[in-house]
Amino acid sequence: MFTSLISGTWSQLRTLGMVFLHAFRRRETVNYPDEEVYLPPRFRGRIVLTRDPDGEERCVACNLCAVACPVDCIALEKGEKEDGRWYPSSFRINFSRCIYCGMCEEACPTSAIQLTPDFEMSEYRRQDLVYEKEDLQIDGPGKDHDYHFYKVAGLAIAGKDKGQGPDEAAPVDVKTLLP
Amino acid sequence: MATIQVDGRSYEVDGKDNLLQACLTLGFDLPYFCWHPALGSVGACRQCAVKQYRDADDTQGALVMACMVPAADGSRISIEDEQAREFRASVIEWLMVHHPHDCPVCEEGGHCHLQDMTVMTGHSRRRYRFRKRTHRNQYLGPFIAHEMNRCITCYRCVRFYRDYAGGEDLGAFGANDNVYFGRHREGVLENEFSGNLTEVCPTGVFTDRTHSERYTRKWDLQFAPSVCHQCSVGCNISPGERYGDIRRIENRYHGEVNRFFLCDRGRFGYGYVNRDDRPRRPEWHGETEETVTLDVDEALDRGADALREARRVIGIGSPRASLESNDQLRELVGQANFSTGIAEREQVCLTRMRRLNRDAGLPTPTLRDVESHDAILVLGEDLIQSAARLGLSVRQAVLARRERLAEARGIPAWNAEAVMTLAQDARHPLFVAYPTATGLDDVADRCLRQAPDDIARLGFAVAHAIDVKAPAVEGIDESTKATAEHIAETLLAAKRPLVISGGSLESTAIIEASGNIARALATRGRRGGLMLVRREANSTGVELLGSRPLEWALDELTRGAADAVVVLENDLHQRLPSGRVERALSAARTVIVLDHQRTSIWERADLGLPAASFAEGDGTLVSLEGRAQRFFQVFEPRYHRPETRIHQGWRWLQALRASLKRRAVPDVTLDAVTRDCARHHPALAGIVEASPSADQRVSGLKLARQPHRYSGRTAMRAHLDVSEPRPPQDPDTPFTFSMEGYYGFDRPRREVPFAWAPGWNSPQAWNKFTDEVGGHLRGGDPGVRLLEPTEDIGDYVNEIPPPFTSGVGEWQVVVLPRLFGGEETSSRATPIMARAAAVRLHLSEEDARRLEAEEGDTLVVETSLTRLSLPLRVDTTLPSGLVGVPAGLEAALVTGDRAWLSLAPEGEEEPP
Repeated sequence: MFTSLISGTWSQLRTLGMVFLHAFRRRETVNYPDEEVYLPPRFRGRIVLTRDPDGEERCVACNLCAVACPVDCIALEKGEKEDGRWYPSSFRINFSRCIYCGMCEEACPTSAIQLTPDFEMSEYRRQDLVYEKEDLQIDGPGKDHDYHFYKVAGLAIAGKDKGQGPDEAAPVDVKTLLP
Repeated sequence: MATIQVDGRSYEVDGKDNLLQACLTLGFDLPYFCWHPALGSVGACRQCAVKQYRDADDTQGALVMACMVPAADGSRISIEDEQAREFRASVIEWLMVHHPHDCPVCEEGGHCHLQDMTVMTGHSRRRYRFRKRTHRNQYLGPFIAHEMNRCITCYRCVRFYRDYAGGEDLGAFGANDNVYFGRHREGVLENEFSGNLTEVCPTGVFTDRTHSERYTRKWDLQFAPSVCHQCSVGCNISPGERYGDIRRIENRYHGEVNRFFLCDRGRFGYGYVNRDDRPRRPEWHGETEETVTLDVDEALDRGADALREARRVIGIGSPRASLESNDQLRELVGQANFSTGIAEREQVCLTRMRRLNRDAGLPTPTLRDVESHDAILVLGEDLIQSAARLGLSVRQAVLARRERLAEARGIPAWNAEAVMTLAQDARHPLFVAYPTATGLDDVADRCLRQAPDDIARLGFAVAHAIDVKAPAVEGIDESTKATAEHIAETLLAAKRPLVISGGSLESTAIIEASGNIARALATRGRRGGLMLVRREANSTGVELLGSRPLEWALDELTRGAADAVVVLENDLHQRLPSGRVERALSAARTVIVLDHQRTSIWERADLGLPAASFAEGDGTLVSLEGRAQRFFQVFEPRYHRPETRIHQGWRWLQALRASLKRRAVPDVTLDAVTRDCARHHPALAGIVEASPSADQRVSGLKLARQPHRYSGRTAMRAHLDVSEPRPPQDPDTPFTFSMEGYYGFDRPRREVPFAWAPGWNSPQAWNKFTDEVGGHLRGGDPGVRLLEPTEDIGDYVNEIPPPFTSGVGEWQVVVLPRLFGGEETSSRATPIMARAAAVRLHLSEEDARRLEAEEGDTLVVETSLTRLSLPLRVDTTLPSGLVGVPAGLEAALVTGDRAWLSLAPEGEEEPP
């Protein structure tokens, strides 16, 4: 009984010492917000809508992000510009529901929707977490610098007629009988 | 029946089918493109390859196209065979070689047969790295968008358009790798069934242009089983809603009515539901010109107060409103004060038609059954304009001679090319008697262009020629007599003769003539049919309520016998001359209008209550074959527009009645009002059975209105409030306003909001819901038939009009029904307005010459009631003495009116 009292006390004192010694170790926590946090480039945070290399909206309102979203927090409506491009006439993400899973980015066929390493989105009112298109649209191409959907889609839009895309043959002349 | 072996297991199938049909009926997923249940097989796409074995000893087998091989007894096939799978995968890969990379911006994406088949065969990577073929597109009118790059040359479009629907302006052009499907030059597709191309085309070449502006993927649409309100045929539709607007109408398969196809008015005429100017809140138009919008309780109070002060309240019903709404109005005002809201001349025709349906001795066929009649006489109807989908069925009946001929030579009916080549122009006889050219003339044996009275005389003469006991026509000329005898002989020679007539020309004589023919055929023991065309979606049903016509109601108001009126979904100006309507309305102290459109009557009302259109309400309609069918609410308007106060007509009227009696407004459900309606009208007792009641459950679940992939639920209304409200509850129907509930195909059910099966997102998924492909819904086809013929055949009617003679300087008006623009609600839809042809006055060549008028000159047509100036169209088919006026222009012009024509004086132009 006497030995266990001795060893118990020693153990307590040793623990206190060890904890005390930790005060001199290197910090693992970051002094956020005074200090900036390092986030890897693939960190999934705030969602943005990007533009293609020509500066046009990349989103073509195909709705694949919306259907891929497991919490159904993306809603958008299709519009059509005069040049024939589809675009989202409205685009809304309810970030109070978003779980930042990145499935929308994975589903996007035009690299329009991308997740950025930004998580600083806190608001005092939940309603302010509903982002409309103007809150989402950015001016750059995001992570994908080259992709230009309408160049490869085969669709005719103003400035790119049928057959003018790479790997597109000139439109068929139905009146010719030549092979 | 035949027994076939598929992958080593034996199945019973119909030996008349081909292997593809048999496999699909058995529920196997076998990919295909060019075959269509209604169009047959041509073996063009090579997609449905399976391995066929000669016998049990044959281990080698041979690849065959399932759609081109009969499901003969003892056939042994393998779908899963490795070689067959590889073959199918490589066919898809070839088809995809030139397919553009534009699914994200394709309106077919998400309900695309090509996508489904590509996934089914497992093709996922394009190996072809060379240049893709491209095509120029064409403008094809306000209904159809064209993107030829997506074509896989299955030829379904031209087979439907030309061979099935009789269109002429869509064709296949070019050769070998350059085949092009389009018009010879850009322009509006002329055929009235062009909208079906969007469903027939397995990919996105032809898509719905009316939907494109505010496009929504199929998985994002909320659907409900509905019934088309645009004519009396009663086609089943699946309207799709998103954000509180109807975005698209899809065909809903009904094994006895529309099956796979709709007409363009039904498919594209929904735009009136989305109009910005629709009344969405109750409105009070007081004496001070100013319009006050009210909430529900205030509106009911004011309405009840006004009605309480009235000495007597007249109720005017409507043939475009549901039975329930009409019945609730009748309950509100009492039977003695209720009018059907149908003009007398039309109601007389409806009553005659209802009697004939019961006592002419011949049953009313369903649309599918129409297709199995082998001689058809159409009296006084241009079916393509007045009941278009019926016209399409008549065309199939006439073309069905091909299949009879093929059958005699042992060629199966599904072998479309062989059947067509064999039959060439052989057709079943069709006779059309109508004042001018009709949409079925190209397949008709004889087209008799006559005045309405002469059509009736011809009909009576045919009846007399079939049965001498039928009254003879006095003073008939030799050629008409010969024609009548020829028609009579042809009808008698047929196995199943069909007589079609209707109320389009508003002539009871024509209707009775068709009745006499039916009686004569029945007396001679022919197993025929009699089909009578009504004008509006619920004309048949409202007539069964049995009440007085609109003229009576107006007269009661005008002479001061009543001082208040409740008008239900009825623009009276479309039915009777405006002067008469105005006189009656100004005599009334209180005018209450329920409608879903801002009509001229709505503007005129003291109190306007916003009623639900077919998209926001439930109810029952009775179609021209006497089939009571229920349509269900597609969406709850308050979910997206919380300020709206739209309710079903019957709900408003029920509440108004309670307020009037100073009682609390009861919670009333659709089932209760339907039961009430059935109880009040013995003739309508069957409507309760028209669809399952609200407590129907499948495996304990309600039925889902939304596909399970429905997206955006937590965002689509987040701009209004980030806390999502509970989804609207639906106590009236077995459906939910969410994706929660049953949406599958394996448990039979009658009312299917949308067709989806695993791997089948396109309309081809309907094959999973039917007992056999192109058969009936496994849960039974929706609706109940109310008008069955009785045993006794009524007596012949002797109301033969004198022959038509044209007076000097005087014409007889013939109002010509119009598919586009001739109907009250659909003509408020923008695409229909764009498609409607310019209105013209039709006049024969001789008459035009007599007036010294030329095509395009403005003519003034004057009757005792009205005056109208319109540009002239010289109609070479119209008999002289008649002047054709397009329907939907002027209610004061009625078929049979005397009219005077003159060239418009200089400077007088047509009204816009």
